Amino acid sequence: MSARDGVEMTLCPDGPILVRGAAHIVTSDGRTVARNRPTVALCRCGGSAIKPFCDGTHKVNGFTTSDGIEVSDTTVDD
Amino acid sequence: MSSATLSIQRPAAGSRLPLPAARGPLSEQVLGTLAAGGPGTAVLPSAAGIDPTSDLVADEDVQLTLFCLQELHYRGLEDVDDAWEWDVSAIALRRDLEDAFEAHLRGRVTVPDVVATTADDVARVLFGMTASSGGPSLARFVARKASLAQLREVLVHKSVYQLKEADPHTWAIPRLTGRAKAAAVEIQADEYGGGHLASMHSELFRRTLRALDLDDHYGAYVDAVPAVTLATSTFMSLAGLNRRLRGAITGHLAAFEMTSSIPSRQYADGMRRLGLGEDATGYFDEHVEADAVHEQIAGRDLAGGLVEAEPHLLGDVLFGAGACLLLDDLAAARHLAAFDAGTSSLREVAA
Ligand code: FES
Ligand SMILES: [Fe+2]
Ligand SMILES: [Fe+2]
Repeated sequence: MSARDGVEMTLCPDGPILVRGAAHIVTSDGRTVARNRPTVALCRCGGSAIKPFCDGTHKVNGFTTSDGIEVSDTTVDD
Repeated sequence: MSSATLSIQRPAAGSRLPLPAARGPLSEQVLGTLAAGGPGTAVLPSAAGIDPTSDLVADEDVQLTLFCLQELHYRGLEDVDDAWEWDVSAIALRRDLEDAFEAHLRGRVTVPDVVATTADDVARVLFGMTASSGGPSLARFVARKASLAQLREVLVHKSVYQLKEADPHTWAIPRLTGRAKAAAVEIQADEYGGGHLASMHSELFRRTLRALDLDDHYGAYVDAVPAVTLATSTFMSLAGLNRRLRGAITGHLAAFEMTSSIPSRQYADGMRRLGLGEDATGYFDEHVEADAVHEQIAGRDLAGGLVEAEPHLLGDVLFGAGACLLLDDLAAARHLAAFDAGTSSLREVAA
Protein backbone atom coordinates (compact mmCIF):
# COMPACT_ATOMS: atom_id res chain seq x y z
CA MET A 1 0.00 0.00 0.00
CA SER A 2 2.85 2.41 0.46
CA ALA A 3 5.09 3.60 -2.33
CA ARG A 4 8.63 3.71 -0.97
CA ASP A 5 10.32 5.33 -3.93
CA GLY A 6 7.53 6.25 -6.26
CA VAL A 7 4.21 7.90 -5.53
CA GLU A 8 0.97 6.05 -4.94
CA MET A 9 -2.45 7.63 -5.02
CA THR A 10 -5.43 5.79 -3.54
CA LEU A 11 -8.94 6.68 -4.72
CA CYS A 12 -11.03 6.44 -1.55
CA PRO A 13 -14.66 5.56 -2.32
CA ASP A 14 -16.90 8.61 -1.70
CA GLY A 15 -13.85 10.44 -0.31
CA PRO A 16 -10.43 11.96 -0.92
CA ILE A 17 -7.36 10.79 -2.79
CA LEU A 18 -4.67 9.54 -0.44
CA VAL A 19 -1.19 10.44 -1.63
CA ARG A 20 1.78 8.46 -0.38
CA GLY A 21 5.36 8.98 -1.42
CA ALA A 22 7.48 11.91 -2.52
CA ALA A 23 4.92 13.88 -4.51
CA HIS A 24 5.41 17.63 -4.77
CA ILE A 25 2.09 19.36 -4.61
CA VAL A 26 2.41 22.71 -6.38
CA THR A 27 0.08 25.62 -7.02
CA SER A 28 -0.71 26.71 -10.58
CA ASP A 29 2.04 29.30 -10.32
CA GLY A 30 4.58 26.74 -9.21
CA ARG A 31 4.75 27.30 -5.45
CA THR A 32 5.09 24.18 -3.32
CA VAL A 33 2.21 23.41 -0.94
CA ALA A 34 3.52 22.59 2.53
CA ARG A 35 2.91 18.97 3.52
CA ASN A 36 2.61 18.31 7.24
CA ARG A 37 2.72 14.51 7.08
CA PRO A 38 4.05 11.72 4.87
CA THR A 39 0.57 10.65 3.71
CA VAL A 40 -1.93 13.36 2.79
CA ALA A 41 -5.56 13.28 1.68
CA LEU A 42 -6.47 15.56 -1.23
CA CYS A 43 -10.05 16.82 -1.34
CA ARG A 44 -11.98 15.79 -4.42
CA CYS A 45 -15.47 16.75 -3.28
CA GLY A 46 -14.74 20.46 -3.43
CA GLY A 47 -16.14 21.10 0.04
CA SER A 48 -13.07 21.15 2.25
CA ALA A 49 -12.20 24.29 4.19
CA ILE A 50 -8.50 23.38 4.13
CA LYS A 51 -8.02 22.70 0.42
CA PRO A 52 -6.15 21.13 -1.18
CA PHE A 53 -6.48 18.77 1.80
CA CYS A 54 -9.57 16.85 2.89
CA ASP A 55 -11.25 17.82 6.17
CA GLY A 56 -13.95 15.15 6.21
CA THR A 57 -16.64 17.43 4.73
CA HIS A 58 -17.28 14.91 1.94
CA LYS A 59 -19.09 12.80 4.55
CA VAL A 60 -21.78 15.42 5.08
CA ASN A 61 -22.22 17.02 1.64
CA GLY A 62 -23.52 14.00 -0.22
CA PHE A 63 -20.38 13.47 -2.29
CA THR A 64 -20.20 10.12 -4.03
CA THR A 65 -17.76 8.58 -6.44
CA SER A 66 -19.67 6.19 -8.61
CA ASP A 67 -16.57 4.63 -9.95
CA GLY A 68 -16.85 2.46 -12.97
CA ILE A 69 -13.09 2.54 -12.81
CA GLU A 70 -11.20 0.63 -15.46
CA VAL A 71 -8.32 -1.16 -13.85
CA SER A 72 -5.27 -2.55 -15.55
CA ASP A 73 -4.34 -6.10 -14.61
CA THR A 74 -1.05 -5.13 -13.02
CA THR A 75 -0.99 -4.24 -9.34
CA VAL A 76 1.53 -1.97 -7.71
CA ASP A 77 4.18 -2.86 -5.16
CA ASP A 78 4.88 -6.31 -6.57
CA MET B 1 -15.16 22.85 40.67
CA SER B 2 -14.15 26.49 40.26
CA SER B 3 -11.76 27.58 37.56
CA ALA B 4 -9.29 28.56 40.27
CA THR B 5 -9.18 24.94 41.38
CA LEU B 6 -8.51 23.83 37.81
CA SER B 7 -5.34 25.83 37.45
CA ILE B 8 -3.62 24.63 40.60
CA GLN B 9 -0.15 23.45 39.62
CA ARG B 10 1.46 20.62 41.48
CA PRO B 11 5.19 20.93 42.13
CA ALA B 12 7.49 19.35 39.54
CA ALA B 13 5.64 16.09 39.04
CA GLY B 14 7.17 13.10 37.33
CA SER B 15 5.57 11.30 34.45
CA ARG B 16 3.59 8.94 36.66
CA LEU B 17 -0.08 9.05 37.50
CA PRO B 18 -0.55 10.85 40.82
CA LEU B 19 -2.21 8.42 43.24
CA PRO B 20 -5.95 9.19 42.92
CA ALA B 21 -8.34 9.45 45.86
CA ALA B 22 -10.51 6.37 46.44
CA ARG B 23 -14.16 6.44 45.35
CA GLY B 24 -15.56 3.45 47.24
CA PRO B 25 -14.62 0.32 49.19
CA LEU B 26 -12.85 -1.48 46.33
CA SER B 27 -10.65 1.43 45.23
CA GLU B 28 -10.02 2.25 48.89
CA GLN B 29 -8.65 -1.22 49.54
CA VAL B 30 -6.76 -1.48 46.24
CA LEU B 31 -5.10 1.94 46.33
CA GLY B 32 -4.28 1.51 50.01
CA THR B 33 -2.63 -1.84 49.33
CA LEU B 34 -0.73 -0.60 46.27
CA ALA B 35 0.67 2.36 48.17
CA ALA B 36 1.55 0.36 51.28
CA GLY B 37 4.45 -1.54 49.73
CA GLY B 38 5.48 -3.96 47.03
CA PRO B 39 3.63 -7.14 46.12
CA GLY B 40 4.43 -10.14 48.23
CA THR B 41 3.60 -8.31 51.43
CA ALA B 42 -0.08 -8.16 50.48
CA VAL B 43 -2.49 -9.26 47.79
CA LEU B 44 -5.26 -7.38 46.05
CA PRO B 45 -8.87 -8.52 46.58
CA SER B 46 -10.92 -10.39 44.02
CA ALA B 47 -13.92 -8.83 42.31
CA ALA B 48 -15.34 -11.98 40.78
CA GLY B 49 -18.83 -11.15 42.02
CA ILE B 50 -19.33 -7.93 40.06
CA ASP B 51 -22.65 -7.87 38.27
CA PRO B 52 -22.14 -7.03 34.59
CA THR B 53 -25.76 -5.96 34.26
CA SER B 54 -25.33 -3.09 36.72
CA ASP B 55 -24.31 0.24 35.17
CA LEU B 56 -20.55 -0.26 35.19
CA VAL B 57 -19.99 2.75 32.91
CA ALA B 58 -21.19 4.98 35.74
CA ASP B 59 -19.64 2.99 38.60
CA GLU B 60 -17.05 5.33 40.13
CA ASP B 61 -15.43 2.67 42.31
CA VAL B 62 -15.09 0.08 39.53
CA GLN B 63 -13.90 2.50 36.85
CA LEU B 64 -11.29 4.16 39.06
CA THR B 65 -9.94 0.81 40.26
CA LEU B 66 -9.71 -0.51 36.71
CA PHE B 67 -8.12 2.71 35.48
CA CYS B 68 -5.38 2.45 38.13
CA LEU B 69 -4.70 -1.25 37.50
CA GLN B 70 -4.35 -0.55 33.77
CA GLU B 71 -2.09 2.41 34.52
CA LEU B 72 0.44 -0.06 35.94
CA HIS B 73 1.04 -1.00 32.27
CA TYR B 74 1.50 2.61 31.10
CA ARG B 75 3.45 5.10 33.21
CA GLY B 76 2.84 3.61 36.65
CA LEU B 77 1.47 5.38 39.72
CA GLU B 78 3.29 7.71 42.06
CA ASP B 79 4.41 5.92 45.23
CA VAL B 80 3.46 2.50 43.83
CA ASP B 81 6.07 -0.23 43.27
CA ASP B 82 6.42 -1.08 39.56
CA ALA B 83 6.52 -4.77 40.47
CA TRP B 84 2.74 -4.65 40.95
CA GLU B 85 2.35 -4.63 37.15
CA TRP B 86 2.67 -8.41 36.87
CA ASP B 87 1.60 -9.40 40.35
CA VAL B 88 -0.86 -12.29 40.01
CA SER B 89 -3.47 -10.74 42.29
CA ALA B 90 -3.30 -7.45 40.35
CA ILE B 91 -3.72 -9.29 37.04
CA ALA B 92 -6.58 -11.39 38.46
CA LEU B 93 -8.41 -8.33 39.74
CA ARG B 94 -7.88 -6.45 36.47
CA ARG B 95 -9.28 -9.42 34.60
CA ASP B 96 -12.34 -9.67 36.86
CA LEU B 97 -13.09 -6.00 36.26
CA GLU B 98 -12.33 -6.12 32.54
CA ASP B 99 -14.45 -9.24 32.02
CA ALA B 100 -17.41 -7.63 33.77
CA PHE B 101 -16.98 -4.35 31.89
CA GLU B 102 -16.65 -6.12 28.54
CA ALA B 103 -19.75 -8.25 29.25
CA HIS B 104 -21.63 -5.12 30.26
CA LEU B 105 -20.70 -3.35 27.02
CA ARG B 106 -21.46 -6.37 24.85
CA GLY B 107 -24.95 -6.33 26.33
CA ARG B 108 -25.36 -2.64 25.54
CA VAL B 109 -23.64 -2.02 22.20
CA THR B 110 -25.68 -2.50 19.05
CA VAL B 111 -23.66 -3.88 16.19
CA PRO B 112 -25.09 -3.87 12.65
CA ASP B 113 -25.91 -7.29 11.29
CA VAL B 114 -23.90 -7.14 8.06
CA VAL B 115 -21.70 -9.24 5.88
CA ALA B 116 -18.38 -7.58 5.09
CA THR B 117 -15.52 -9.58 3.65
CA THR B 118 -13.38 -7.05 1.80
CA ALA B 119 -11.51 -4.08 3.25
CA ASP B 120 -13.75 -1.74 1.25
CA ASP B 121 -16.86 -3.41 2.70
CA VAL B 122 -15.54 -3.02 6.24
CA ALA B 123 -14.69 0.65 5.68
CA ARG B 124 -18.17 1.27 4.25
CA VAL B 125 -19.85 -0.34 7.27
CA LEU B 126 -17.70 1.64 9.69
CA PHE B 127 -18.32 4.94 7.89
CA GLY B 128 -22.03 4.10 8.04
CA MET B 129 -21.95 3.42 11.78
CA THR B 130 -20.09 6.64 12.50
CA ALA B 131 -22.11 8.93 10.25
CA SER B 132 -23.46 11.73 12.44
CA SER B 133 -26.41 10.37 14.35
CA GLY B 134 -27.62 13.79 15.43
CA GLY B 135 -26.91 12.58 18.96
CA PRO B 136 -25.39 14.67 21.73
CA SER B 137 -22.33 16.56 20.55
CA LEU B 138 -19.91 18.31 22.88
CA ALA B 139 -18.07 19.70 19.85
CA ARG B 140 -21.21 21.37 18.49
CA PHE B 141 -21.90 22.79 21.94
CA VAL B 142 -18.37 24.18 22.15
CA ALA B 143 -18.63 25.66 18.65
CA ARG B 144 -21.88 27.46 19.41
CA LYS B 145 -22.21 28.41 23.01
CA ALA B 146 -19.80 27.01 25.58
CA SER B 147 -18.42 29.55 28.03
CA LEU B 148 -14.69 29.66 28.68
CA ALA B 149 -15.26 27.79 31.97
CA GLN B 150 -17.23 25.06 30.17
CA LEU B 151 -14.58 24.78 27.45
CA ARG B 152 -11.95 24.31 30.16
CA GLU B 153 -14.03 21.53 31.70
CA VAL B 154 -14.30 19.78 28.33
CA LEU B 155 -10.50 19.91 28.03
CA VAL B 156 -10.14 18.53 31.56
CA HIS B 157 -12.23 15.49 30.56
CA LYS B 158 -10.22 15.06 27.37
CA SER B 159 -6.89 15.33 29.18
CA VAL B 160 -7.35 11.93 30.82
CA TYR B 161 -6.86 10.21 27.46
CA GLN B 162 -5.21 12.89 25.35
CA LEU B 163 -2.11 13.10 27.57
CA LYS B 164 -1.40 9.51 26.55
CA GLU B 165 -2.96 9.90 23.13
CA ALA B 166 -2.42 6.91 20.81
CA ASP B 167 -0.81 4.70 23.47
CA PRO B 168 -3.74 2.25 23.94
CA HIS B 169 -3.84 1.54 20.20
CA THR B 170 -0.10 1.03 20.00
CA TRP B 171 -0.56 -2.17 22.02
CA ALA B 172 -2.16 -3.60 18.85
CA ILE B 173 0.93 -3.33 16.65
CA PRO B 174 2.74 -6.55 17.66
CA ARG B 175 -0.56 -8.44 17.49
CA LEU B 176 -1.19 -7.52 13.84
CA THR B 177 0.42 -8.66 10.61
CA GLY B 178 0.61 -7.58 6.99
CA ARG B 179 -1.56 -4.77 5.70
CA ALA B 180 -3.20 -4.09 9.07
CA LYS B 181 0.16 -3.81 10.84
CA ALA B 182 1.55 -1.43 8.22
CA ALA B 183 -1.58 0.70 8.55
CA ALA B 184 -1.32 0.78 12.34
CA VAL B 185 2.29 1.92 12.13
CA GLU B 186 1.44 4.56 9.52
CA ILE B 187 -1.30 6.05 11.72
CA GLN B 188 0.51 5.75 15.02
CA ALA B 189 3.71 7.30 13.63
CA ASP B 190 1.65 10.35 12.68
CA GLU B 191 0.04 10.40 16.16
CA TYR B 192 3.53 10.51 17.63
CA GLY B 193 4.49 13.43 15.38
CA GLY B 194 6.62 11.30 13.08
CA GLY B 195 9.14 11.18 15.93
CA HIS B 196 9.23 14.98 16.33
CA LEU B 197 8.53 15.68 20.00
CA ALA B 198 6.75 19.02 19.61
CA SER B 199 4.44 17.54 16.96
CA MET B 200 3.45 14.54 19.07
CA HIS B 201 -0.29 14.79 19.57
CA SER B 202 -0.07 14.43 23.34
CA GLU B 203 2.42 17.33 23.34
CA LEU B 204 0.13 19.44 21.16
CA PHE B 205 -2.61 18.77 23.70
CA ARG B 206 -0.33 19.91 26.55
CA ARG B 207 0.20 23.15 24.64
CA THR B 208 -3.58 23.61 24.45
CA LEU B 209 -3.91 22.96 28.19
CA ARG B 210 -1.23 25.54 28.98
CA ALA B 211 -2.89 28.07 26.69
CA LEU B 212 -6.03 27.67 28.81
CA ASP B 213 -4.04 27.92 32.06
CA LEU B 214 -4.73 24.27 32.85
CA ASP B 215 -2.35 21.75 34.41
CA ASP B 216 -0.53 19.78 31.68
CA HIS B 217 0.94 17.14 33.98
CA TYR B 218 0.12 13.52 33.21
CA GLY B 219 -3.02 12.46 35.05
CA ALA B 220 -3.45 15.87 36.70
CA TYR B 221 -7.24 15.74 36.48
CA VAL B 222 -8.06 12.09 37.07
CA ASP B 223 -9.60 12.96 40.46
CA ALA B 224 -11.82 15.57 38.80
CA VAL B 225 -13.47 13.41 36.15
CA PRO B 226 -16.46 11.10 36.63
CA ALA B 227 -16.66 7.36 35.90
CA VAL B 228 -17.95 7.79 32.35
CA THR B 229 -14.87 9.80 31.38
CA LEU B 230 -12.64 7.12 32.89
CA ALA B 231 -14.71 4.47 31.05
CA THR B 232 -13.81 5.94 27.65
CA SER B 233 -10.19 5.27 28.58
CA THR B 234 -10.58 1.96 30.39
CA PHE B 235 -12.34 0.48 27.38
CA MET B 236 -9.48 1.49 25.07
CA SER B 237 -6.95 -0.02 27.46
CA LEU B 238 -9.00 -3.18 27.86
CA ALA B 239 -9.23 -3.63 24.09
CA GLY B 240 -5.57 -2.74 23.61
CA LEU B 241 -4.09 -4.86 26.40
CA ASN B 242 -5.90 -8.08 25.47
CA ARG B 243 -4.63 -9.66 22.28
CA ARG B 244 -7.87 -11.55 21.80
CA LEU B 245 -9.57 -8.16 21.37
CA ARG B 246 -7.32 -6.97 18.52
CA GLY B 247 -10.45 -6.68 16.39
CA ALA B 248 -12.07 -4.39 18.95
CA ILE B 249 -9.08 -2.07 19.31
CA THR B 250 -8.81 -1.59 15.54
CA GLY B 251 -12.56 -0.98 15.32
CA HIS B 252 -12.25 1.49 18.18
CA LEU B 253 -9.47 3.39 16.43
CA ALA B 254 -11.42 3.51 13.18
CA ALA B 255 -14.52 4.91 14.91
CA PHE B 256 -12.42 7.35 16.91
CA GLU B 257 -10.72 8.70 13.76
CA MET B 258 -14.01 8.80 11.85
CA THR B 259 -15.58 11.02 14.50
CA SER B 260 -12.71 13.47 14.81
CA SER B 261 -12.11 15.76 11.80
CA ILE B 262 -15.42 17.60 11.81
CA PRO B 263 -15.70 17.81 15.63
CA SER B 264 -12.10 19.05 15.79
CA ARG B 265 -13.02 21.94 13.52
CA GLN B 266 -15.99 22.69 15.78
CA TYR B 267 -13.76 22.75 18.86
CA ALA B 268 -11.31 25.09 17.14
CA ASP B 269 -14.17 27.32 15.94
CA GLY B 270 -15.50 27.53 19.48
CA MET B 271 -12.08 28.50 20.79
CA ARG B 272 -11.73 31.23 18.17
CA ARG B 273 -15.23 32.45 19.07
CA LEU B 274 -13.94 32.81 22.63
CA GLY B 275 -10.96 34.81 21.39
CA LEU B 276 -8.35 32.11 21.80
CA GLY B 277 -5.37 31.86 19.47
CA GLU B 278 -3.33 29.25 17.68
CA ASP B 279 -1.56 28.03 20.82
CA ALA B 280 -4.98 26.86 22.02
CA THR B 281 -6.47 25.71 18.71
CA GLY B 282 -3.31 24.11 17.24
CA TYR B 283 -4.11 20.65 18.56
CA PHE B 284 -7.58 20.74 17.00
CA ASP B 285 -6.45 22.35 13.72
CA GLU B 286 -3.95 19.51 13.35
CA HIS B 287 -6.68 16.91 13.91
CA VAL B 288 -8.93 18.34 11.20
CA GLU B 289 -6.28 17.47 8.64
CA ALA B 290 -4.64 14.44 10.26
CA ASP B 291 -7.80 12.51 11.05
CA ALA B 292 -9.22 13.00 7.55
CA VAL B 293 -6.17 10.93 6.53
CA HIS B 294 -6.28 8.54 9.49
CA GLU B 295 -9.96 7.67 9.09
CA GLN B 296 -9.33 6.39 5.57
CA ILE B 297 -6.36 4.27 6.60
CA ALA B 298 -8.01 3.03 9.81
CA GLY B 299 -11.26 2.01 8.14
CA ARG B 300 -9.85 0.34 5.05
CA ASP B 301 -6.27 -0.79 5.66
CA LEU B 302 -6.31 -1.33 9.44
CA ALA B 303 -9.77 -2.66 10.32
CA GLY B 304 -10.50 -3.83 6.77
CA GLY B 305 -7.05 -5.37 6.38
CA LEU B 306 -7.50 -7.22 9.67
CA VAL B 307 -10.89 -8.62 8.65
CA GLU B 308 -9.50 -9.76 5.29
CA ALA B 309 -6.74 -11.61 7.17
CA GLU B 310 -8.97 -12.86 10.00
CA PRO B 311 -12.61 -12.80 8.84
CA HIS B 312 -13.91 -14.12 12.18
CA LEU B 313 -12.88 -10.81 13.81
CA LEU B 314 -15.51 -8.74 11.97
CA GLY B 315 -17.89 -8.91 14.95
CA ASP B 316 -15.21 -7.63 17.33
CA VAL B 317 -14.21 -4.83 14.95
CA LEU B 318 -17.80 -3.63 14.91
CA PHE B 319 -18.12 -4.11 18.68
CA GLY B 320 -15.05 -1.93 19.26
CA ALA B 321 -16.45 0.77 17.00
CA GLY B 322 -19.88 0.56 18.61
CA ALA B 323 -18.43 0.74 22.13
CA CYS B 324 -16.42 3.83 21.17
CA LEU B 325 -19.58 5.55 19.92
CA LEU B 326 -21.71 4.46 22.88
CA LEU B 327 -19.22 5.66 25.49
CA ASP B 328 -18.74 8.98 23.69
CA ASP B 329 -22.50 9.51 23.58
CA LEU B 330 -22.93 8.64 27.26
CA ALA B 331 -20.14 11.02 28.27
CA ALA B 332 -21.43 13.83 26.06
CA ALA B 333 -25.01 13.41 27.31
CA ARG B 334 -23.87 13.56 30.92
CA HIS B 335 -21.65 16.62 30.49
CA LEU B 336 -24.23 18.48 28.39
CA ALA B 337 -26.92 17.78 31.00
CA ALA B 338 -24.67 19.33 33.65
CA PHE B 339 -24.03 22.40 31.48
CA ASP B 340 -27.76 22.70 30.72
CA ALA B 341 -28.49 22.68 34.42
CA GLY B 342 -25.90 25.40 34.95
CA THR B 343 -23.66 23.14 37.01
CA SER B 344 -20.17 21.72 36.63
CA SER B 345 -19.56 18.48 34.75
CA LEU B 346 -16.64 17.70 37.04
CA ARG B 347 -16.56 15.98 40.41
CA GLU B 348 -16.15 18.03 43.54
CA VAL B 349 -12.62 17.34 44.70
CA ALA B 350 -10.78 18.74 47.63
CA ALA B 351 -7.96 20.83 46.22
S1 FES C 1 -12.89 14.87 -0.20
FE1 FES C 1 -12.92 15.09 1.95
S2 FES C 1 -13.55 17.12 2.21
FE2 FES C 1 -13.55 16.93 0.06
FE1 LIG D 1 -4.20 12.39 17.28
FE1 LIG E 1 -5.71 10.42 14.45
